[in-house]
Amino acid sequence: MIFKGKVFKFGDNIDTDAIIPARYLNDSSDENLKKHCMEDADPKFSSNVSKGDFIVAGNNFGCGSSREHAPRAIKISGVPVVIAKSFARIFYRNSFNIGLFILEADTDGIDNGDTLEVNTENGTIKNLTKNTVINAKPIPEFMSELVSAGGLMEYAKKKVKEGGLG
Amino acid sequence: MERPLTITEKIILNHTNQDDVSPGDIVNAKIDIALGNDITAPIAIKEFEAIGMKTVFDRQKIALVPDHFVPNKDILSAKQAKMLREFAKTHDIKYYFECGEAGVEHALLPEKGIVLPGDLVIGADSHTCTYGALGAFATGVGSTDLAYVFAFGELWLKIPKSIKVVFTGKPGKWVSGKDLVLYLIGQIGVEGANYMALEFSGDTFKYLGMADRFTIANMAIEAGAKSGIFEPDEITEDYVEKRAKRDYVFYRSDEGAKYAKVLNFNTETINPQVAFPHLPENSVDINEASAKDIKIDQSVIGSCTNGRIEDLRIAAQILKGKKIAKYTRLIVIPATNEVYKMAEKEGLIDIFMDAGGVVSTPTCGPCLGGYMGILADGERAISSTNRNFKGRMGDVTSEVYLANPAVCAASIILGKIASPEEVM
Repeated sequence: MIFKGKVFKFGDNIDTDAIIPARYLNDSSDENLKKHCMEDADPKFSSNVSKGDFIVAGNNFGCGSSREHAPRAIKISGVPVVIAKSFARIFYRNSFNIGLFILEADTDGIDNGDTLEVNTENGTIKNLTKNTVINAKPIPEFMSELVSAGGLMEYAKKKVKEGGLG
Repeated sequence: MERPLTITEKIILNHTNQDDVSPGDIVNAKIDIALGNDITAPIAIKEFEAIGMKTVFDRQKIALVPDHFVPNKDILSAKQAKMLREFAKTHDIKYYFECGEAGVEHALLPEKGIVLPGDLVIGADSHTCTYGALGAFATGVGSTDLAYVFAFGELWLKIPKSIKVVFTGKPGKWVSGKDLVLYLIGQIGVEGANYMALEFSGDTFKYLGMADRFTIANMAIEAGAKSGIFEPDEITEDYVEKRAKRDYVFYRSDEGAKYAKVLNFNTETINPQVAFPHLPENSVDINEASAKDIKIDQSVIGSCTNGRIEDLRIAAQILKGKKIAKYTRLIVIPATNEVYKMAEKEGLIDIFMDAGGVVSTPTCGPCLGGYMGILADGERAISSTNRNFKGRMGDVTSEVYLANPAVCAASIILGKIASPEEVM
């Protein structure tokens, strides 16, 4: 799939408390998660983000808690892809499980407000503002299958139907 | 000849239908215990029900522990706790605990003998890695993973590479598992073990108890690790034998097993550590921290990291007959009801209260900024918990310093970050 949008740039070690603070975890509704997404990293994020925009960050994005509320909040906010130099393990896993695309790439040349065109099939990231192209690390085949199926539970449903599981 | 395996590879291999596994392989592993709490299980329950599943894979292999916001902090959290209760009733979940019989999940499950050596445990909580202290493979996952396990009893896992961490020598008087793990994270960084298993060994652990191993394995995630693990020994056996109600297996790494890295540390040169805001990797020696004269408003002693009876005993040893500094708060949270009762019997609760502290019912509470000790703007806490991220315990301008329970106790007596030596 190809997505086009503008960049919200963050630094290293953006933890899941910054993505969705624990004070809001008494409610897992879409409205609540959307309203407070990225609040402790950028209080204006939820009012400024538009459908199709990207979150771009440095190293270790999504570190800390296992709360799936974090990738869910990002997905519900309309962000189709998160691009970072590296991701914390549980966040990476959760994102694929819920059908949020995650790309690992050198993000140094991408700035806040740049417009990107991202191809999730081949991992090509075109920076339309700077007229540059970077390539993300390929996504492992199994993970790609998961996210194409729409996440782990959609994948599970398919398996149940095929009689492979359950 | 068979390829030599690490303890982590062996445990996962023995939970698959495969003959061999290598780091990087993605396998389907059978799960012995799947855990969820009042924050993560509600999403898992919704996902499970959304795919039309009527029954769980095995009611005896699921643990639901409301602990983060219980006793319920508000109406919304009460609704989440209610969802767990209803699900537990419907599916007759064996390991469901109301707050009067529970406690912080990662202290509770080992204490009750629910997780055992050789198990493969997944939990929708990042600190699930705690159970590696018992010689189990245990890792944190998300709610969707948990839903999948509720349904099918298995889960996709990537076989991690292992880093071997060897601590040698006798620890100093006030040095605990917390200090060793904070020191390690300081050395390798918060993503130093990303996607990997940390395997702890060395003669230092002959001098420390199970509580220290739980603390160390618990914080493996703060170095980004998938899991932390100890090879079980007589200390493990001593802890487990009186608690286990089913068979368990002691696995060991083979001679010649491959490690991504081997790190050696001399424990004798490590002092108590304090991790400065806003990352657990910002650990410094207590003497250096004390010299900075950092004023403290609140001390928290508790959590899945350091809320066990051993932790409370050390804190009480320091607080006995003393008072906390004026205009400060000491909040002690025994991790489970069993710990609370023991502390009461041993007179520790009196010591905390006489010193000017409060003792809360078991809960994760302030560790994640839930309730029971939230910080105002600009306030500082020293805490025996596991994370000091920005805003973790309250206002986004507040600060959390991580330390062992002895340092947390000494610091609140002086109202500044202090070494136990300064008050004893």
